[in-house]
Amino acid sequence: MADSNVPAIELIGVSKSFGPVQANKDIDLVVGKGSIHGIIGENGAGKSTLMSILYGFYHADSGTIKVDGKATTIPDSKSAIAQGIGMVHQHFMLVDPFTVLENVILGAEGGALLKEGVANARRELKRLADEYDMKIDPDAVVGELPVGLQQRVEILKALYRGADVLILDEPTGVLTPAEADHLFRILRVLRDQGKTVLLITHKLREIMDVTDTVSVMRRGEMVASRKTAETSMAELAELMVGRSVLLEVDKPEVEVGKPLLKVNGLNVKDERGVLRVKDVSFEVRAGEVLGIAGVSGNGQSELLAALSGITRAESGTMELSGEKLDLSGKHDAAEMRDKGMSHVPEDRHRMGLINKFAEYENSILGYHREPKYSKGLFLNKDAIRKEANERIEKYDIRPPTTEMTAAKFSGGNQQKIVLAREIECDPDVLLIGQPTRGVDIGAIEYIHNRIMDMRAQGKAVLLVSVELDEIRSLSDRIIVMFDGNVVGERGAEATEQDLGLLMAGVNQEAAE
Amino acid sequence: MSKGQLPRWVDYGLLPALNLLAAFIISGLVVVIIGEDPFEAVKWLVWGALGYGEGIGYTLYYATNFIFTGLAVAVAFHAGLFNIGGEGQAYVGGLGIALVCLAFDRFIPWWVTFPLAVAGGAIFGAAWAFIPAYLQAKRGSHIVITTIMFNFIASALMVYLLSNVLIPQGTMSPSTRNFEAGGQLPLLRNVFTSFDFGQSPVNLAFFLALAVCVVVWLLIWHTKLGYEIRSFGANPDAASYAGISPVRVTVITMLISGGLAGLMGINVVMGEQTRLLLDFAGGAGFVGIAVALMGRGHPVGIILASMLFGLLYQGGAELAFEIPTISRDMIVVIQALVILFAGALEHMFRPAVVAFFDRFSSDTAEA
Repeated sequence: MADSNVPAIELIGVSKSFGPVQANKDIDLVVGKGSIHGIIGENGAGKSTLMSILYGFYHADSGTIKVDGKATTIPDSKSAIAQGIGMVHQHFMLVDPFTVLENVILGAEGGALLKEGVANARRELKRLADEYDMKIDPDAVVGELPVGLQQRVEILKALYRGADVLILDEPTGVLTPAEADHLFRILRVLRDQGKTVLLITHKLREIMDVTDTVSVMRRGEMVASRKTAETSMAELAELMVGRSVLLEVDKPEVEVGKPLLKVNGLNVKDERGVLRVKDVSFEVRAGEVLGIAGVSGNGQSELLAALSGITRAESGTMELSGEKLDLSGKHDAAEMRDKGMSHVPEDRHRMGLINKFAEYENSILGYHREPKYSKGLFLNKDAIRKEANERIEKYDIRPPTTEMTAAKFSGGNQQKIVLAREIECDPDVLLIGQPTRGVDIGAIEYIHNRIMDMRAQGKAVLLVSVELDEIRSLSDRIIVMFDGNVVGERGAEATEQDLGLLMAGVNQEAAE
Repeated sequence: MSKGQLPRWVDYGLLPALNLLAAFIISGLVVVIIGEDPFEAVKWLVWGALGYGEGIGYTLYYATNFIFTGLAVAVAFHAGLFNIGGEGQAYVGGLGIALVCLAFDRFIPWWVTFPLAVAGGAIFGAAWAFIPAYLQAKRGSHIVITTIMFNFIASALMVYLLSNVLIPQGTMSPSTRNFEAGGQLPLLRNVFTSFDFGQSPVNLAFFLALAVCVVVWLLIWHTKLGYEIRSFGANPDAASYAGISPVRVTVITMLISGGLAGLMGINVVMGEQTRLLLDFAGGAGFVGIAVALMGRGHPVGIILASMLFGLLYQGGAELAFEIPTISRDMIVVIQALVILFAGALEHMFRPAVVAFFDRFSSDTAEA
């Protein structure tokens, strides 16, 4: 048994830069053995870079890494694993058609023939599952497991490889509140059994709930380390952004007008033919934000895609500014835009932006046919750049350049590019999905205020978010989706517990 | 500059140069193995292509073919479509050109026939690309497979037409009759008499090729259609989010691509041969793939890459003539090595160069 006073991980003066950008500046970090240590910071604060150094993806330009008190180098992830460091990535590294067991032994099969390795692995997997209270069927196919269990497989994978230090990168992003609670229980068990857990997150509540100690990063620097019991959410939030954050959104009274968007009996199938939206109807009135709450994957994405004209619905009608449309008919996104509906998509990398296009080219995506952007046969690049520059100023997009490719902007600034494009075209109805996913706190506040501006101007806003806080603070009314159905409607005053139960589908039977 | 990004001159200059150098070193080793002096070979290669007027003429003539087919591949590539069918589209495009010339050459001067022939070549080439494009857009049949198949169909079709339909009575060779003056493009040797182009067939199609480069550049980077093509190629999901129809972009892009390939016949059929003959495309459609890759899909790059391949074609022929042990097949090997390094192994040196520049740029940032 190692001396428990020796920290599991110690970083001294670690720096890393990418070109002129310094991602980590002179970082000191001490992670006590057998503790849950949180690392919190805004997007782009350098958390992921630091963990990548620890896991051998990047090499520090300078500084010392100590594992179990001994200075060491971590040239690659293989070496990290050998030194007892395991990582659970935000996006799982699992082979979907393989079973749990096959995934766990992948890359650690032991020998050319599987038989013996598999038998050993099965024993070991059972032992780990019992020891850490992580029950799982070793023969279940991973692709068929719910996300929470897939994450459990990732954790088991790391433990199977002998990890003593477990790094979890934003582990709750994909989980339901109940699954997240379960994960935290597992983390506590791991800690009690002597494992060390490093939890990277930007969610303050998780830090408060589960960690023993917490370090705050801001702009590549480690600005503070605290015992969790001795700090507060307000203090951490302030440390993260360097100023007090307005967590409450200022929501003035707005006179609600006539319905601008009415959806009736909408059914949507995904590309595999599975019905993902089931007979959904709602309306959004002028000057109103309708929030759609739900754990991701319960039909919200398909709903947005159908409403915005990207995919065709099975059946259902939409009334947009008084005009009736059959959503199972032939519509495309361009037509919906013409009719006064704009759309901030859930995933700006997949849809909202073209990463290798320059900022100004992205600023007209979907609006490139408008006459003001053309000069005869050609695009009027002067006009496009001029307008892009005005928006950069208005939305404080940084760095203020129209020529940089979208990929190089930070998440918050990318979202501002999309938001500027979709708001400045002056729509009647705004569809907005996950407006603040992967966006830092400063930009979150800005984005929330823009949504409130739209509401104040008498627009109809349909907000889809998996962040309950966001839904609750922005919406006038909230509907909850579960398994493709609308399972309930609440006012803005709904409690988190109430919504949480609906989101988990608990009330479904009672409601029917 | 962020990690993994290279300055433009490295991406567009140094990397192709490195690939080319590697191809030449390997080729040199092959030459050494068969017992010849590689430096002597390079000398003949370069001299044969650039050392005298006729050689330059031939180099430009070949380059003209590759510019057309290279542009064809590049335009499709901007939409994320891999058009392997340039060969067949060029071949069928040649038929369109020949039909125009056969119909009009006796009645109107060449400069009236010329635009009609350009239209004929483009329309026939585009039509040949339309079927694979439609199948891809509507039925999901992979365009790589269908365009390859259409090369074979084009080949068979042309054999039939040339040996049964278009062949003049009483002749044995599968080709059309020779066009009269109204179906012949002026050769540069007759236009620029002060420069000695020797007997080389380089003709006005060369300037057509350069003009088409400008048109393609404008199309891709300065029009709405080009914006839609690039959007669809870079991110199909974002394109459908933007209301860009994948079917429309796929079909239109392939029509343009096929049309560009179809123009190749202007150079060969109307310029050099003044008749349509069997297999006139001679693999230029496939060289176009390498040209488009090496030229990074940009018209300027495509012109440079076409010149290089023109040089290899012409210089290679000269080399085989001067050093008989380096046979025609050896030249094909060298060309294949260039295609291999410039096309298939395009990214081989990239990681090393990126690592080098990352270190270099972080050094300067700290200094």
